[in-house]
Amino acid sequence: MTMIENVDLTLVGWSRAQFALTAAYHWLFVPLTLGLSFILAIMETIYVRTGKEEWKRLTRFWMTLFGINFAIGVATGIILEFEFGTNWSNYSWFVGDIFGAPLAVEGILAFFLESTFVAVMFFGWNKVSKKFHLISTWLVAIGANLSALWILVANAWMQNPIGMVFNPETARNEMVDFWAVLFNQVAIDKFLHAISSGFLLASMFVLGISSWFLIRKREELLAKRSILIAGVFGFLSSLLIAYTGDSSARTLSKVQPVKFASMEALYQGKNNAGLVAMGFLKDSDKKIEEEVIKDFVFKIELPGFLSILTGGDKTGYVPGIIDHVSGNKEKEILSVSEKINRGQYARNVLKDYKSARTAGDKEQVEKIKAVFQDKVFRENYFRYFGYAFVDNPGDVIPNVPVAFYSFHLMVMLGFFFILLFAMAVYFLFRGTISKKKWFLWIALLSIPLPYIAGELGWVLTEMGRQPWIIQDLMPVSAAVSQISSGTVITTFILFAVLFTALLISEISIMVKQIKTGPKQ
Amino acid sequence: MTLMISYLFLQHYWWIIVSLLASLLVFLMFVQGGQSLIFSLPESDLHTTMIINALGRKWEFTFTTLVTFGGAFFASFPLFYATSFGGAYWLWIAILFSFIIQAVAYEFRSKPKNVFGRRTFDTFLFINGSLGPFLIGTAVATFFTGSQFILNEMNQVKWLTSWYGLEALMNVRNLALGFAVLLLSRINSLLYIINTINDQTLNDRSRKRLIVNSVFFLVFFLFFLISLVFSTGFAADPSTGAITLVKHKYLLNFIQMPVVLAMCLAGVVGVLYGIGITVLRKSTKGIWFTGTGTVLAVFSLLLVAGFNGTSFYPSASDLESSLTIHNASSSRFTLTVMMYISFIIPFVFAYIWYAWKSINNSKINVDEMKSEEHKY
Repeated sequence: MTMIENVDLTLVGWSRAQFALTAAYHWLFVPLTLGLSFILAIMETIYVRTGKEEWKRLTRFWMTLFGINFAIGVATGIILEFEFGTNWSNYSWFVGDIFGAPLAVEGILAFFLESTFVAVMFFGWNKVSKKFHLISTWLVAIGANLSALWILVANAWMQNPIGMVFNPETARNEMVDFWAVLFNQVAIDKFLHAISSGFLLASMFVLGISSWFLIRKREELLAKRSILIAGVFGFLSSLLIAYTGDSSARTLSKVQPVKFASMEALYQGKNNAGLVAMGFLKDSDKKIEEEVIKDFVFKIELPGFLSILTGGDKTGYVPGIIDHVSGNKEKEILSVSEKINRGQYARNVLKDYKSARTAGDKEQVEKIKAVFQDKVFRENYFRYFGYAFVDNPGDVIPNVPVAFYSFHLMVMLGFFFILLFAMAVYFLFRGTISKKKWFLWIALLSIPLPYIAGELGWVLTEMGRQPWIIQDLMPVSAAVSQISSGTVITTFILFAVLFTALLISEISIMVKQIKTGPKQ
Repeated sequence: MTLMISYLFLQHYWWIIVSLLASLLVFLMFVQGGQSLIFSLPESDLHTTMIINALGRKWEFTFTTLVTFGGAFFASFPLFYATSFGGAYWLWIAILFSFIIQAVAYEFRSKPKNVFGRRTFDTFLFINGSLGPFLIGTAVATFFTGSQFILNEMNQVKWLTSWYGLEALMNVRNLALGFAVLLLSRINSLLYIINTINDQTLNDRSRKRLIVNSVFFLVFFLFFLISLVFSTGFAADPSTGAITLVKHKYLLNFIQMPVVLAMCLAGVVGVLYGIGITVLRKSTKGIWFTGTGTVLAVFSLLLVAGFNGTSFYPSASDLESSLTIHNASSSRFTLTVMMYISFIIPFVFAYIWYAWKSINNSKINVDEMKSEEHKY
């Protein structure tokens, strides 16, 4: 098979960099849309219920900021959809039968809902009834969050590919169970975790900007009302995000155990494994399969917690990176070498199929076709198909420090957010928030933090699963479009310049609108 | 879920859906056509504001249709997605680039402190308006004229030119369709402006432009159409799937599918009728006829490209690598699931129609531009 003859590592690297760049930029704008749309809907509901004009004024102020952010979110989003084709064409064919469907559903179900009612929301104030306008605002929120659902279903499938079988004739995976794809445990965790991170980010955005108004002693009534909504919404979201983060980690320990071990920097598996609350890594003098093993300079650990998290009790065994690479017979974990053998076996069966078909040996073709349907073959051999492309067992270890630090920083920020929102709500109800200048400053300066936490989450998700584009089935190196690396470098630079310019413009417009404040 | 529907039917069904989305997209590119006119059509700043706001209330719909078209094409014919996007890289990236800069331009252009100034964002709109329809037309023309690629036994694409798609611009027929699509989107846009904006001077100017654009459109479109019916096409054997070159293949398709031929003719008549009543009778309803005509004409051309045993994405370098609706499609299961999902589309159209009507019940005029709070 000539699947990855002459892997051009420069090409793979730049193609990954380009996707990472566009995805990271996109995620700077999406979470605010996800959360602020609901905050707008809540504010407008209060306006319609009470009929008080201040609430309308408030809603319209935040809506202006929403519009600026929405436009750039759309701009950065379109490229992602098409990049699967332009830069990952081998991937697009290998799994297009499954992966394309959620993208199409996203367009049909969610994007039209969002874009149609966003027009009513912006232009309909004096043209449609109050009720219809309110419904439109809610539909924008629902549409935005629905589109997040479908793209995350697609992403979850890459992390935990289920609901399909391989068809040797077309040389691709084909969907056999739509509901399995949709209700993938990873998809559910990911969706809830991602949208709650959007709710939290938007709440921080509203809280921080409102705090600035209080510091400046402007629009105090509107600022306090905004803090009320953002404080409560943010506090609830920060709890939801902790809960969904916990369940994501549990699922991860089952479906992507190497990523799970890497984010804890757990090399040697053990019983009664502790959860690292904080720590620093350094290179040790030991190696596994030519990869340097990291060691802790220091760490603060919650004893037994990792075992409890994964197995439900302290005595549970948590396998480490070494178990997954070298195998652990006692715990029934296969070594990577064994997986490579099995993957190569599966690939040879596919080769036999191709030769039988070329030779016109119909009997043999049917016989091998049946093998691909066979449960034992699928669960013990084809499952490791992607390992056939792995040269060195150490290649399946992701960058451990990246996984470890991104995970731990994200979690620390998560706890900080719970505290911050709890304080906001507390000071507001005590009626002292305007006097707590130090708190208002902290709230204002914290606006970038949820952005950082969100990006770290994606770094963990995507870099933590390397080398796989589809877990165990396809490495990134086999997925990339065969174009010249110079071409990809050029488009990378074009995107980097364009998106950076647009970001600068967006921030400048946003700051100006905030300084101008709500219209009279 | 039952799988009783034939695979063949599903492949045809999805080619119809994808073609329909594409033809709607071409019509909706009146937004782009209008953007290509923003430096030449308006007489004053107020005109520019009115035009941009008339277009600005529709741009997201065109954009969403493009994204949905992409998603639907990916889901139903993933091998096309992989082959064309991964191979004709520069052509598609150029198209996407023009849409990225469009998406921010409306919202940012008149906002204070936008760093780059209104002129820059208006230029973005102009670039998207000119390049978008032209390049999309050029790319669609390769459905008939072919591209240079081969697929290996794992169906992985290797593009044979280092221009990665830009070589399509070296073919006169591709260019003709590119210009025809651009001019058609300008025609639709002028008709939309006449229909939506209540301003005598602007309407008079639009009618003048309409005549010029229509003449050029006819030249390019007829050139493409005539060259199409006389050209050699890429035929796929229905039983073996083997691809061969057949003389007058597309003419044969029209003759063997009379309904499609009728649609094409009705489309052309509709386009001309809409232009005619606008120029001769000063009607403001031309957009409805020309718009419907556009959808019918493009739809029929795409059916000619994919139906009746034709390769819709031929490889001129290696006939066996050419894509047909059979060898490029998703599995029967996926197409079935997607078919159920597609039943929602009429409902989507219904709410779009309702929402539009509720915010567009009066024409845009000078007074509205002065009082509207959310203005581009």
